[in-house]
This record gives sequence, structure tokens and C-alpha cells, in this order.
Amino acid sequence: MSMQKDPASYEQAQALGLNEDEWGVILKRLGRAPNQTELGIFSVMWSEHCSYKSSRRHLRKLPTTGACVICGPGENAGVIDIGDGLACIFKMESHNHPSYIEPYQGAATGVGGIMRDVFTMGARPVALLNALRFGSPDHPKTRALVSGVVAGIGGYGNCVGVPTVGGETNFHAGYDGNILVNAMCLGIAEQDSIFYSAAKGAGNPVLYVGAKTGRDGIHGATMASAEFDDETEAKRPTVQVGDPFTEKRLIEACLELMQTNCIVAIQDMGAAGLTSSSIEMADKGGVGIDLDLDKVPQRETHMTPVEMMLSESQERMLIVLRPGKESEAQEIFERWELDVALIGKTTDTGHMVLHHKGETVCDIPIAPLGDDAPNYDRPWVAPPTLPVINASEIAPGDPAKALLRLVQSPDMASKRWIWEQYDRHVMADTLKASGGASDAAVVRVHDTNKALAMSSDCTPRYVLANPFEGGKQAVAECWRNLIASGASPMAVTDCLNFGNPERPDIMGQFVRAIDGMAEACRALDFPVVSGNVSLYNETAGTAIPPTPVIGGVGLIDDATMAMGFGGAVAGDALILLGKTTGWLGASLNLREIEGREEGAPPPIDLEQERRTGMLVRTLIHGGQVHAVHDLSDGGLACAATDMALASRCGVHLMASDTLSDAAWFFGEDQGRYLIAVKTGAVDALLDQAQQAGVDAKVVGTMEGLDVVLGDAMPLALDLLSQKHENWLPAYMEDA
Amino acid sequence: MKAIVHIRPRSGVLDPQGQAVAGALKHMGFDEVLSARQGKIIELELGDDDEQAVRQRVQKMCEHLLANTVIEDFSISIEP
Amino acid sequence: MNAAVIVFPGSNCDRDAVCALRDHTAKSVHRVWHRDTYLPKVDLVLLPGGFSYGDYLRSGAIAARSPIMAAVQAHAKRGGLVVGICNGFQILTETHLLPGALMRNAGLKFLCKSTPLRIENADTPFTRAYDDHGETAIPIAHHDGNYFADEDTLDRLEGQGQIVFRYVNNPNGSSRDIAGITNKAGNVLGMMPHPERAVDPLTGETGGLAFFKSLAGAMA
Repeated sequence: MSMQKDPASYEQAQALGLNEDEWGVILKRLGRAPNQTELGIFSVMWSEHCSYKSSRRHLRKLPTTGACVICGPGENAGVIDIGDGLACIFKMESHNHPSYIEPYQGAATGVGGIMRDVFTMGARPVALLNALRFGSPDHPKTRALVSGVVAGIGGYGNCVGVPTVGGETNFHAGYDGNILVNAMCLGIAEQDSIFYSAAKGAGNPVLYVGAKTGRDGIHGATMASAEFDDETEAKRPTVQVGDPFTEKRLIEACLELMQTNCIVAIQDMGAAGLTSSSIEMADKGGVGIDLDLDKVPQRETHMTPVEMMLSESQERMLIVLRPGKESEAQEIFERWELDVALIGKTTDTGHMVLHHKGETVCDIPIAPLGDDAPNYDRPWVAPPTLPVINASEIAPGDPAKALLRLVQSPDMASKRWIWEQYDRHVMADTLKASGGASDAAVVRVHDTNKALAMSSDCTPRYVLANPFEGGKQAVAECWRNLIASGASPMAVTDCLNFGNPERPDIMGQFVRAIDGMAEACRALDFPVVSGNVSLYNETAGTAIPPTPVIGGVGLIDDATMAMGFGGAVAGDALILLGKTTGWLGASLNLREIEGREEGAPPPIDLEQERRTGMLVRTLIHGGQVHAVHDLSDGGLACAATDMALASRCGVHLMASDTLSDAAWFFGEDQGRYLIAVKTGAVDALLDQAQQAGVDAKVVGTMEGLDVVLGDAMPLALDLLSQKHENWLPAYMEDA
Repeated sequence: MKAIVHIRPRSGVLDPQGQAVAGALKHMGFDEVLSARQGKIIELELGDDDEQAVRQRVQKMCEHLLANTVIEDFSISIEP
Repeated sequence: MNAAVIVFPGSNCDRDAVCALRDHTAKSVHRVWHRDTYLPKVDLVLLPGGFSYGDYLRSGAIAARSPIMAAVQAHAKRGGLVVGICNGFQILTETHLLPGALMRNAGLKFLCKSTPLRIENADTPFTRAYDDHGETAIPIAHHDGNYFADEDTLDRLEGQGQIVFRYVNNPNGSSRDIAGITNKAGNVLGMMPHPERAVDPLTGETGGLAFFKSLAGAMA
């Protein structure tokens, strides 16, 4: 039999990242050594990226069900019910390794891939967000990486015509060797027209559509499952190139096909391309699949079966059709000038069989690829507990000087240079985007009066200091941002970026961060419906700070009620909701002003978090507030400054009787919001807060054109704005 | 037969991309760079062996699509 | 009294244009596919923004050679109204319905921001609802919006009142701050800013409302 030609050896398996146990399972299941094609298929299907072998057992701890959940993890993206027969379909995914190697194409194809996950399920993509982490601004590579990644995200999203509405950007030396590029996409579908990946039924035709297959990105999934080393840069040719014009046509053609009754199952060809898409559809459908590789549209000559099966050429989809629907489907793709070919059919054998140039080059049972996929209980050690830093040991300092430094610190400085390169308004439904003075981006559901709020969040310095509390905080902050925008939080996607899971300390970060996320998601009724895990973000043994990014979605029933922090007016009173203890451990102030990255991060009382959030939601719905901003990096002073800049009105904050200026103005106690209300409404509001069991206190007023912190020197809005806006353009243009 | 079309910004037309390239090269220490113009090359494989006919057809292709003569100049070289 | 919005592969503001015309001119709006060779009976043809053919080769170059453009040219020649927004403007220059060309932004980056505009000629079918020499604000979102024409052409545009919109703060290096021009006859307009994105207070800006009000008047 031709399959037995060219049998693979254990050494070859090892070189593709398989270990001895995994090799043993393959031999046992096949009853023989795999050939090169089969080995390639096993190696990618059992890579960390595709099999989640280190993370699976821990991901199960996350709550994935809830009243709004239509489809949780396991499909291309999560699906939630947003009423009126509509669904929101969303997911976040990493493209870290490719973006470090070739920032423009790496980031661009990350955006393309996440959009395909969403429209594969029948949704029209309506919004993109991205969470970016770069190395220190002083690192020689950082500037070029920022420039390339931002241009790549814009180049792809702008061309396809889906608005990029939000995200976050951090800089830290911990990402010098491994940047993070996490892209999130939301789409909207009719609930009765959602498409899944289970290819039920034998004898159905398999249709390949989209771009031709080349040698791009071969072993990309394996690359995403290994540490970087000095030779990684030599792997450049494996990076894929994106073609947003083809993606745009693919979206239109697929959505058109979905209006017909042609589709049994549909999958995009993402990581591990044709291999994972065909195996997942067959596995979920409980069928086998036969493919004739000679029929696969090819961009290059002399491609081998393993190259075709592992290619990660972009903008390709695999569709299982109802029999007899071939020409109807083909006609649609041809009209959109896309390659289309019938390449095989589903079978009742339970095997994946591949034919190439008259020979059978692969014949493997499909079930074991999933059933026997490695599932490791990696050893882990509990992360050390850091001491709580007593605010009294931090010098109180000059709060005006500290504020001026914070507003121009790399993490706090305006990211206008980035988001002005993104089309934020195409589709004409963007109500609040980056720069829109809102804690979450808000996009109207087309031709309705509803809107979706969305935010991506993580504070890696908290997660590093205490993975459990940091995991909780990422979820809580995301929930808080949705609340502050006037939304009811619904569900989340996650993108878990960590180092090498084979190291017990890293595995400990991973396990505990998930424990924290799970606790917060449960307490806040905020289920996880989709997600992605990116491990091995390490270079030369140094791991990134643990970065579990949470992408949350909420619903605003009446789009005119969307809230922001730019609506405060002179004379408004500022009320702080939530409890303040002056927590400076792991704060931005401690890092930027004192140069110390130390201490336990602020803890979160989830019950209190929920109570406070519900009160804020009630106040917004009651039309009682002009502006709302959650307190996060830089605490009260930075939140008030944001509000002042966005509202174009100065602010006076009173000092505290009991806490030092540093602790009061810059402490990062969690679960807090700053709200601006008419002075006449203050008393009733304080009563309402007391009844709700929420600490509330008048902390200042909106007045003048300066930001004044207690007795410190006033800072003119113009000066703050200039410092805040100038850092990033000055940095980027200082080539 | 192969035709290679070189397209560059017309002289006098601002070329910010070329300027950026020159600037970057100077920053990298290539001080001898006085200026740069950035254009593009289009390679055409043609099923015709008559060089003169090919040249005429490619000239038309340039005028009708490949170059925008408001801002671009082009030149054609033919290889067997 | 109708309008047509042409859809090229890669157009991505076609829906926005259809909605803005539908909601703010109260006319019926047809979508016309780029491979079609005739237009329905319409007063206005709108070429929407986007990245037709991926902006490959040059922005608008390939779309300008698509089958429907002959019909658009004939419509323009008959005096019918033609509007090209962003990529549509690029297509109109590539078709030579408008003079000049749109090159890469001087800053080399894609730019999406609100831009203050001055109405230089309010005596056109596209601008009658604006105050002459008044200001408005409409967002831009483009990579290739840097308007170029030779000095003679620019002088002619100035002299004949063909410059309709000028940037107050030139964002992209355009010659003489040009944001939008008409042809000599005054029935074909190209502009880089997106009026269809500035018609709804909820989305933040309303500087495009007067544009559609003008069109509604012109089509009445």
C-alpha cells in the first residue's frame, strides 16, 4: 500500500514536536508507522495550538452556560441571544508569534482569521477590537513592531470594511521578546440561520472555496506551540500573507450562500488549514472524509500532500454541501471571482483518506485524533504570595507632578496615533469608538435601536503579582467597562497568553488565573462562550507577564442611552462610588513614579462589585448622570482627568482626610466608578447608594479649565492634553 | 515573450514614499543617498513573439490601465 | 426620481450610501453591480467608498475599467448627477470624469478622523443647503487622498469654481487643500470626506446632512 511508503521515524516525530508517548499512541492506533503525510497531520492536530493539551482540563472550570448563551466554546466562535431573533457571534484570538516575526502580515492575518471564525457561523462581522502588548519603548525593535502591527491591523480591517472600534495597548519590557497581538471580532446573525461545523451524513460533497493553496505558514500551528530561539527569525518564510480583498469577497459570497439551503457544515481553514478543518467537520459529524488533493486549487507547483494539508494560506473555507447543490454553490463563488473546487466527499468509514496522483497517501481513523489527543495534567506550583504594601510607606509626593507624569506614561498616553489609522466608522453604526470618551466601544445593531457594547481588558501587572486576583480583575474590569457604557454585560471571550506550560511556575500562573476568572465569571453571571490559548510566549527562557485578556460583550436596549465620560458639565458634582482604601501595591503610580513593580495587587470583592455595578446601571437607566467612568490605572485622579479632558471642563478634587495624596488620588482599589451629576441630584443619589449598600462620596466638582488635586498646583487642561497626546506620536516619529 | 513595465512617479510629482525611503536610509548611515523615487515593476508573460507588436500592445496596456499618466511615467523593456 | 449606488468588488461603503440616500433624500435607491452594462433610469449615480479591487495597482484604477463605467460616463455626459465619495472619487479621476489624481497621503498612513471643511462653492447641486464659505465637519477615512494636479489645472479649477470643499487643516498633503471638486459642467462631484457617515447625531456628526438635503433638492 502506498501509504506505507516513506514511513516516518520517531526522530522525525520529535522534530515536529511530538513526544515519545504521543508517538507510541500513533503506532498503536495505526498498527504501523505513519507515513510523512500522516505524521504531519498528527503533529499539527496534537500541537498545543490545536489540541489544547496543556490547558483543556483547566478550561473546563470556566462557566460556559447562561440564559443568553446559544452556543458556548467548541465551535468557531461563541453565540449569544441579543433578542428580536438576532444573535451576536464573537471570539478573540492571538496571532503573537507571526506578528513578532513579520508584524504587518502577522497582525493582518490575525484580523482576517478572527473575522472568518465569525462569518463562518453565519454572522456579518460588525466590529473589531485588538489588545496589543509591546516591549519596552526603549527596546530597539519596539517602534518597528508597533508601526507594522498597527499598519497590518488597519490595512486588513479598513479594506474589508469592518470598523475597528476599540482595544488596548500596553508597553512593558516583559514583552520585549514576545509581543502579543490579540484580535477580537463580533458579528450579527439571524438566530435561525447559524451555521455549525458538524458534517453529518455520508456522501455529501466537500467544496473548497477562496484563495489558492500555497506553501504559506506550513507548521504555523507547531510554531505557535514552541518557544522562540535565535533561529526563529530564520523561519520567516512560514508567515502567511493576507489578502483582505479576497476576504471581503469571501464574506459576501459565504453570506449569500447561507441564504440558500445548500450548506450542511462550514469551517474556515485556519491553523493547520485543510487538516484541522476537514478533521473537525468529519469528527463532529461522526463521518469519514475522502479528499482528492489533485483537485485542491494550488498556487505553486509540485506541492506535496503534506504541504497541501498543512498549508496556512489565508482566506480559504471548506464547506460540506447537501447533495445536488454543487452548481448552485459554485455559481455564487464564481460570480465573486473566487476559486472554487469540489475536492471530495464525506464517507461512512470514519477514516480520513487522501488521494494524490493516483495513490492513497493517507488513511487514518479520525476519532482517535480527537479521543486520543494528549490531555496533560502538567505539574504546577502555586505562585508566591506577595506582601501587601502599606500606603503609609510610600512618600505622598506632589500629586500634580505625579499626574502630569502618568498622563504621558506609555500605558496611559493617548493612543490616537494608533486608532486614527483604523477606520472606526465604516458601516455607519459606530456610536462610541476609541477616542469616543467611553469605557467600552458601542456599535448599534443595524436598523434597530439596540446597541452592543464591547471591551477588551487585562492588567498584566496584577496577574503577574497574583494570578488568581489578576484573573478575577480582568473579568471584573471588563464587566465594569460595559456597565459604565450603559450596557447589561452578557458574556465573554478570552485569549489566554502565557509562557511555557512545561514549567511548573508558568503552569501555576495559568491554573490560578483561570481559577480567578472562573470565580469572577460565575459571580458576575458573565459566561465564557469562546476563546483561545496561546502558550510558549517565551524567548530564551524568559516568559511574558501572564496576560489573560477578556473580551466582553453587553447589550444596550436603547442606543440613545449609551453612556460615556465626556458629558460632564461645569457645576456638576463628582461622586465616587465604591470603597477606597488607598491600595498602591502593583499600581501604575508605584511603577511609574516610584519605579517599583512590587506588592500584592488590589483584591476584588465580587459581591460588592456586582452591587456597585447594578447601582450604576440603575442610575444610567434613570437618566440621573451626565458622565460615568470606571476607575482603573492611575485611580481617581486619572479617571477625573479623563473625564475633564473629554468633557472639556476642569475638575477640582478634594484631598482625603485620612489617606495620603498618593493613596487617595492614585490608589487602585477595585470596583469603583466616578460619576458626574447635577448638584441638585447629589443628596438623593447618596441616599440611593446607601440603600444599595454602596459606599458613595462627593469628591469634587467640575469647574474652570484646570485639573486641581487638593492643594497641589493646578494643571491646565491644555497642558495635560498636550502631554497626553504627544507621547506616542513623538515616540513613533523619533525614527 | 516577457515584457517588463517600470512605473515611477513623474518628475515634479511629490513622492512621499520615496522621500521616506531616502530618509530612512540616511538615518541608517547611508549618507550618500541624495534622493529616492519609489515606483513599481509589472512583469507580463505574453503569448506573442513579435517584439514590435508586443511593444505596441504593452504601450497601450500602460496608457489604458497600468500607469496613471497624470502622476506616473512608464518604460517598457522586452525580454525573449 | 431615483438614485443608483454602484457596487464594485471591494466596495464597503455601499450600504452606508444606500441608507443615507434612502433616509435623507426619500428617493428609491438601486444597487447596481459593476459588471452590469446599463443603469436604471436615475437622476443620481453614486460611486461609494471602499477598496475596489483591493486598491491593487492604484486606488480606483481597476474599477474605473469595469463594464458599468461606460454607462456612468454616458449618464454624466447627458448632464446626470454623479457623486464619487473616497474610493468613488479615486475612480472618477481614473475614469477622467474629473481631473487630477489621488496619491498616497503625505504622512503615508491611513487616516480616519473628523475634518473641518470649508464650503468653497455653495452654488452646486451638491452643496446648496450649505452656507457659502461656511464651515462644516465631515470624517475622512483614507490612505490615498492626497489630491494632485498640475498648476494649470489647479488654476483652472480655482477660476471656474470647481473647488467645492477645502480642508481647513490639510490632513493629507492635497494641493491647495482640496477635499472635493466638480467637473467643469458642475454635474460630477468627487470628494474624499464621507458625508454618508455624518448624518446621524447618535454616531457623532451631522455635517453630511446638508449634502443629502442638497441632493434631495437637486433630484426633486
